[in-house]
Amino acid sequence: MIRVLLAFSLAVAQPERIIVSVAATMQAALAEIADQYKAVSGVAIDLNTGGSNTLARQIVEGAPADVFLSADDIQMDAVARANRLVPDTRVTLLTNELAVIVPGDSTKRITSPIDLAGSAVVRLALGEPSSVPAGVYARKWLERLKLWTIVAPKVVPFPTVLSALSAVEAGRVDAGIVYRTDAIARSTVKVAIAIPARANPDLAVVHSAAVVRGAHEAAARAFLAYLQGPQAKAVFARRGFGLP
Amino acid sequence: MTAETWAIARFTVLMALTATFLVLPPAIATGWVLARKSFAGKALFETIVSLPLVLPPVASGLVLLWLFGRRGPLGRALDAVGIEVVFTWKAVVIAMMVISFPLVARSVRAGIEQVDQRFEGIAATLGAGWFQILTTITLPLASRGIIAGAILGFSRALGEFGATIMVAGAIPGRTQTLAVGIYTLVETGREELAWGLVAISALLAFGAIYVSNRIAGSRGTP
Repeated sequence: MIRVLLAFSLAVAQPERIIVSVAATMQAALAEIADQYKAVSGVAIDLNTGGSNTLARQIVEGAPADVFLSADDIQMDAVARANRLVPDTRVTLLTNELAVIVPGDSTKRITSPIDLAGSAVVRLALGEPSSVPAGVYARKWLERLKLWTIVAPKVVPFPTVLSALSAVEAGRVDAGIVYRTDAIARSTVKVAIAIPARANPDLAVVHSAAVVRGAHEAAARAFLAYLQGPQAKAVFARRGFGLP
Repeated sequence: MTAETWAIARFTVLMALTATFLVLPPAIATGWVLARKSFAGKALFETIVSLPLVLPPVASGLVLLWLFGRRGPLGRALDAVGIEVVFTWKAVVIAMMVISFPLVARSVRAGIEQVDQRFEGIAATLGAGWFQILTTITLPLASRGIIAGAILGFSRALGEFGATIMVAGAIPGRTQTLAVGIYTLVETGREELAWGLVAISALLAFGAIYVSNRIAGSRGTP
């Protein structure tokens, strides 16, 4: 009885907060949506950002998280295998595309994938290509083009797609492969090679979401539903994400 | 233990040795100046020398990244002559040098301060110049402090993480050191390999502490 009262009084006293572990590429969009959501629901969202592989490992190890937004299905699968997801809450939230970007002031001729193998690119920034989703997608794309073995020695691996983006932005590398949504968010880089989804049907770039097991499942479900609703969709669409 | 593990260990030891070797001359000069000279602004100079010791290494790393980046003041000049620093082994050495420099300089200074200045005075009355006094009296008598400083600097260089990952990245087979390797292997879901690096790091740390304790312990015996 006392515990029930205590739980009740705590629930009344403190507005609910949930933790959303969000892949770096969706961080800015989620920050915007979280503000909206706080205004309409009163529920505060704490964003924990990083590479999806880092976030997945944190959740598997028991770190507090109520919703997981992963940049690829591999990392979501890892969390699912550890039985940390609430069954049937997993959705494909967004679609995206890759893009080869160069610093805004770059004068190097990089217009087709084969240029990545040439002398114009000494260093190529990627998400770490065995685990960070943006890097995994990029590697898959280069492997399909039979360019990976030539390009691999030039790769500078980064822990998130945003750190790869920053390296390109600062001119520390000649080019990088990021999501199209990251590229259009920064005016300091330009897209050298677009990698449209239409032309690469076997390279499905998708971002997924699910509720993580824990004490806030109901609030987490509500937020996940909001993410699929019209207000959130408008934010995602404006930032260039595709809706599945 | 895989071949990859050993390659990372070898690379790290080689980089740390290079950094220690390169950091010794400026650190000895700085230690000597701090121990034997008084001048206006000495306190400020002392503070600047010790800064990398207190500053978060990742902050020093960002400063280095800016300095040596292609658009940075040093990086631009080096780029013009075709020298790449950032994300290469050179950046690993530079990061290690900057982080270990204060430790070495402070240890050298302590060593020199323990040298009885009367010996230097006697040498001067016998007609020795300052450089001769330094190389034949001061530095040999301060050798324990210098060696201890070198070992301390080497050990710190071995474990360097924050500045290294900023300015050199974590490129497998190119810039990946023990400390950075442990982090990236765990991040990329290969924790079992990271434990090999932990074992090697522990072994190296053990060796460095043992040797420096032996040197400290022999102090006072003829």
